[in-house]
Amino acid sequence: MELAFPVIGWRVITPMLLVTGTGFACLLLDLLPPKERKGHVAAVGLLGLALAGLATGLLWGQRETAFREMVALDEFALFFNLLFCVATGLVLLLSHGYIRRQGIEQGEYYILVLFAALGMMLMAAGTDLLIIFLGLELMSLSLYVLAGFFRTRPASNESAMKYFLLGAFATGFFLYGIALIYGATGTTSLPRLAEALARAELGRDPLLFAGLGLLLVGFGFKISSVPFHMWAPDVYEGAPTAITALIATGSKAAAFAALLRVLLGPMRGLQPDWLVLVWILAALTMTLGNVVAIAQSNLKRMLAYSSIAHVGYMLIGVVVGTQLGAAAVLYYLAAYTFMTAGAFGVILLLERRGAEAVQLGDYAGLAARHPLLALLLALFLLSLIGFPPTAGFVGKFYLFSAAIEAGYVGLAILAVLNAVIASYYYLRLIVYMYMREPEGEPVVAALTPAAGLGLAVAVWGTLHLGLAPGPLIGLAQGAVGPFLP
Amino acid sequence: MVHLIWPIPALPLAGTLILVFFGRRLGARAHWVAVPSVGLAFVVALAAFLRVWRDGETFTGPLLDWIIAGDFRAPVTVQLDQLSAVMLLVVTGVGFLIHVYSIGYMHGDPGYPRFFAYLTLFVFSMVMLVLAGNFLLLYVFWEAVGLCSYLLIGFWYTRPAAADAGKKAFIVNRVGDFGFALGVMLLWVSLGTLEYDEVFAQAWALPTGTATAIALLLFAGACGKSAQLPLHTWLPDAMEGPTPVSALIHAATMVTAGVYMVARAHVLFERSGVALEVVAWVGILTALFAASIGLVQNDIKRILAYSTISQLGYMFAGVGVGAYAAGIYHLVTHAFFKALLFLAAGSIIHALGGEQDIRRMGGLARRLPVTTLTFLVAAVAIAGIPPFAGFFSKDEILAAAWASGHLGVYALGLLGAAFTAFYIFRLVFLAFFGPSRLDAEAARHLHESPPVMTIPLGFLAVLSAIGGVWGLPGEHGTPIARFLDPVLPHGEAALGPGTGPLLMAVAVATALGGILAAWRMYLRRPVPAERLGVPSNRLHVLLLGKYYVDELYDALFVRPLVAVSEWCARVFDLGVIDGLVNGAADLVGRWSSVLRRVQTGLVMNYALSMLVGAVILLGLLVRWR
Amino acid sequence: MVPVGYYTTLSAVLFTIGVVGVLVRRNPLVIFMSIELMLNAANLAFVAFGREAGQLDGQVIVFFVMTVAAAEVAVGLAIIVAIFRARQRINVDDLNLMRW
Repeated sequence: MELAFPVIGWRVITPMLLVTGTGFACLLLDLLPPKERKGHVAAVGLLGLALAGLATGLLWGQRETAFREMVALDEFALFFNLLFCVATGLVLLLSHGYIRRQGIEQGEYYILVLFAALGMMLMAAGTDLLIIFLGLELMSLSLYVLAGFFRTRPASNESAMKYFLLGAFATGFFLYGIALIYGATGTTSLPRLAEALARAELGRDPLLFAGLGLLLVGFGFKISSVPFHMWAPDVYEGAPTAITALIATGSKAAAFAALLRVLLGPMRGLQPDWLVLVWILAALTMTLGNVVAIAQSNLKRMLAYSSIAHVGYMLIGVVVGTQLGAAAVLYYLAAYTFMTAGAFGVILLLERRGAEAVQLGDYAGLAARHPLLALLLALFLLSLIGFPPTAGFVGKFYLFSAAIEAGYVGLAILAVLNAVIASYYYLRLIVYMYMREPEGEPVVAALTPAAGLGLAVAVWGTLHLGLAPGPLIGLAQGAVGPFLP
Repeated sequence: MVHLIWPIPALPLAGTLILVFFGRRLGARAHWVAVPSVGLAFVVALAAFLRVWRDGETFTGPLLDWIIAGDFRAPVTVQLDQLSAVMLLVVTGVGFLIHVYSIGYMHGDPGYPRFFAYLTLFVFSMVMLVLAGNFLLLYVFWEAVGLCSYLLIGFWYTRPAAADAGKKAFIVNRVGDFGFALGVMLLWVSLGTLEYDEVFAQAWALPTGTATAIALLLFAGACGKSAQLPLHTWLPDAMEGPTPVSALIHAATMVTAGVYMVARAHVLFERSGVALEVVAWVGILTALFAASIGLVQNDIKRILAYSTISQLGYMFAGVGVGAYAAGIYHLVTHAFFKALLFLAAGSIIHALGGEQDIRRMGGLARRLPVTTLTFLVAAVAIAGIPPFAGFFSKDEILAAAWASGHLGVYALGLLGAAFTAFYIFRLVFLAFFGPSRLDAEAARHLHESPPVMTIPLGFLAVLSAIGGVWGLPGEHGTPIARFLDPVLPHGEAALGPGTGPLLMAVAVATALGGILAAWRMYLRRPVPAERLGVPSNRLHVLLLGKYYVDELYDALFVRPLVAVSEWCARVFDLGVIDGLVNGAADLVGRWSSVLRRVQTGLVMNYALSMLVGAVILLGLLVRWR
Repeated sequence: MVPVGYYTTLSAVLFTIGVVGVLVRRNPLVIFMSIELMLNAANLAFVAFGREAGQLDGQVIVFFVMTVAAAEVAVGLAIIVAIFRARQRINVDDLNLMRW
């Protein structure tokens, strides 16, 4: 009897292999002295991410699947790989000085960030529900730990606990959804799912619809869509700010990647069924996020609600489901990554009375004390509002015009109204920074070179995507090509 | 041609960047950067204008591709034609004079470099708005000038009123911009392009309903930016900003962007027809409404603010009745005389140490000769006395309204002109003539402003005086109309023989009537009232009898008018419109406070919310058939 | 052979018990066990469906899920211990520092 040696498509998972290798290298490196300073671990992590990004660039344009169609190498996965490399890299740059100041500098922090990035990549590249599930869990488990990384602070503990319990709860739904879909179609692979769904008699199976609904619950939790959003403000507030940035950008983008692959891939035929649901989710999410953000005085919490609102905008692209709509979501995720990471990046540099400056009042008169940081934060906030010529404006423009083009005028009008409401709370912060007198104890800024580099990248992205959006939207349109030609 | 275009925005932008990065180091020398950057931009704009004027050469072309989405492309197209050339001259020219003036006015302010940074940024944005060759770019800089306006209104942010006014301006403008953005999107959806050339070439193929929707949405944006009914409330509050800002942004340039936009997109408005009527009526009603409020104001800058709203209304009325060139011409002359009025008012405020109430002025003419003279020139110009600039432009608009059969617009416009003459001369008489009502402290410090402030006043006064030469009626329309003809075709105004001079005479008589009324009420009456106690002879009684007539008039016309005007100002303005805007904001705020309570902090409740969501989701999905 | 309907019904019942447990219990450990019940309900469904379809896939998936669940246990217990150290008691209703 001859043993068939399985063909392993290493090439397909090159970026992921690089990140994995870097993660393990960092684990070993962490064992070596010095014990107090772990900057070198972060540096190696950054190097690994850069290599993964480079590999992504080299693989661009190729289409392959491996591991019995469980993992795909296509522009979609590569686009997200690049996005995750950038987001994680930004977080690493911003983290270094931050966690040292907060007294929690440990090698594990960087390693967990790397493994979270690996999970994200797996989610974007997975073409099997099981792989998506594994990626989601790898990412989530890393983030649960990271959210509670301030082990002695009650808020951080509470944040980790809430994230963990609710996340695991959502996982239960997600997994049961996969089980039901498996029961209805006999497969968890997306390509075979598509074939199975093409057979008409299966298209009406209640088991399938229940499974799809449960999947939506799981995704809804990860992207923090209303009504599965309630963990987000609490977790954002309690987690270390750099991790908040990672949760807001990377994990959200990963969940969107998987959501797009599933809904616009095999489930595309069921669009008439899920369309209304996602429409309602989008409308609820953006409205509730913006309205509740107005009442917040804690900046991290305000940005949490703002991020919920932005998810609502992006869900419009999912509803639209056209090539431009999906590409607009990808574009928006990239823009959102730069501006949100930048905003959190400024916030985590500021301290007052030895604690992080996260209250609105801490920002009164910031422009007088720290003009550069105030200017940067104002830029990121203007981009979040959607002010031209920033990335946020172009992103909104693509999303809303895709919606109008596809005939969802009502949703577009609601979104524009929401953008008007949103401008209120962002502008309030700008008004505080520029038009109030500083009061009380001065706010100190600890701008390290690494954080400066991170902020510079964020500014570059926010402005570059706003001024020259052409290349990226081209990439995004190519990226959604595999399932929306 | 391109080499004459790109420096016009690039110079102010360079000035802004230098001021942003080195402003603190430059300190009180910030104007060394700001003034030359705008001055040079003006010189280049002048050269470009001369090219357009002499050779009739225009330019349309892309600078770079900005947004490409599928088959949608939005390159950064600039367009220099007759219309934008005129606008460029106004923006950079008046902008330059106001920059010079600001050297004196803002002297010693702690935010001196910041002020000039914002101001040059504004000039850059406004230049780009005018140069934009497609609607997307127009929208971008439409927002950008709004941002500058917001920053400059709230410039003295330590005053709560200034910060509030800045916010109000921004929020009210967002309402209009919401419409504008929808209009641009609708335009793209229906035509697949946003380039001016292509849009205007294809506009005639649009269904009337679509064209009307687009035009009205765009006009909503214009209403916000140009402070037309019902979105005008922000402009009077915007006077909290420094006076040069009021002159440049809230009188001469930014607020006229709406007029420019309607004139630029006139093909769309004509396609609709209805939209053009709406523009005309909103314009003329605003003109009358704001002028009537101006009658009773006592704050010198607020009078001028309502006057600006009113004059913008005339411009809209002009473009609304199809007299695009006349509307743009009034925009130009208005930029001259209204900037002058504001700068002269600033000179008074400067001289009086911040006093803005005309009841506490009086008799300033002797002490502030240059300011008085220049203000008087501007007042005569706005009142519409020939041969000053305002007469010709306003007359063009009224004549066009008459000729196009908009007799209602004409009548209301005439009434508004009477109001205009009245309120501006009420201001002149109370502030510059009659007895001094200054307090002793202010009187002692009273001084004429330094040359750096009075010289720009002089230039603007000359322009206000001679600006009418462009509007002298010629054989084929006025010179300005002939010049703008390639962009803004003017229908042959079919005035009957002799009607033109007749209308002019009526307009002059109206203006004189307004001035006379102001003279009688504010200059003549107070003097005898103080000097003469009891009537001493029959002649005096007879003289007094004239006062009875005055009082009769007062009771019959002026007081009801004042009452209505005050009612408008108080009830309508503050009650209804502010109420609506604030009410909406309050509503959102209240919901916000209620909804945040749902977030109890308890894991159980969060899990319950997820479960409820999941059940509803499943229910809808499984039964969705 | 026991029809697949029995398994799926049992699985649904287990899942529901898990969900209810998450909602009504106050001790994070018990909540966590309820979540494990939900995961195991899914496992049962996988095995049953796999057997019905005559595939091994369903059973293989269960191994993956069990591994993930084990990892989840490790992280969850760590978090619970961290909180217990800080507060000396663990009741999820105490965790409401952050709200509104």
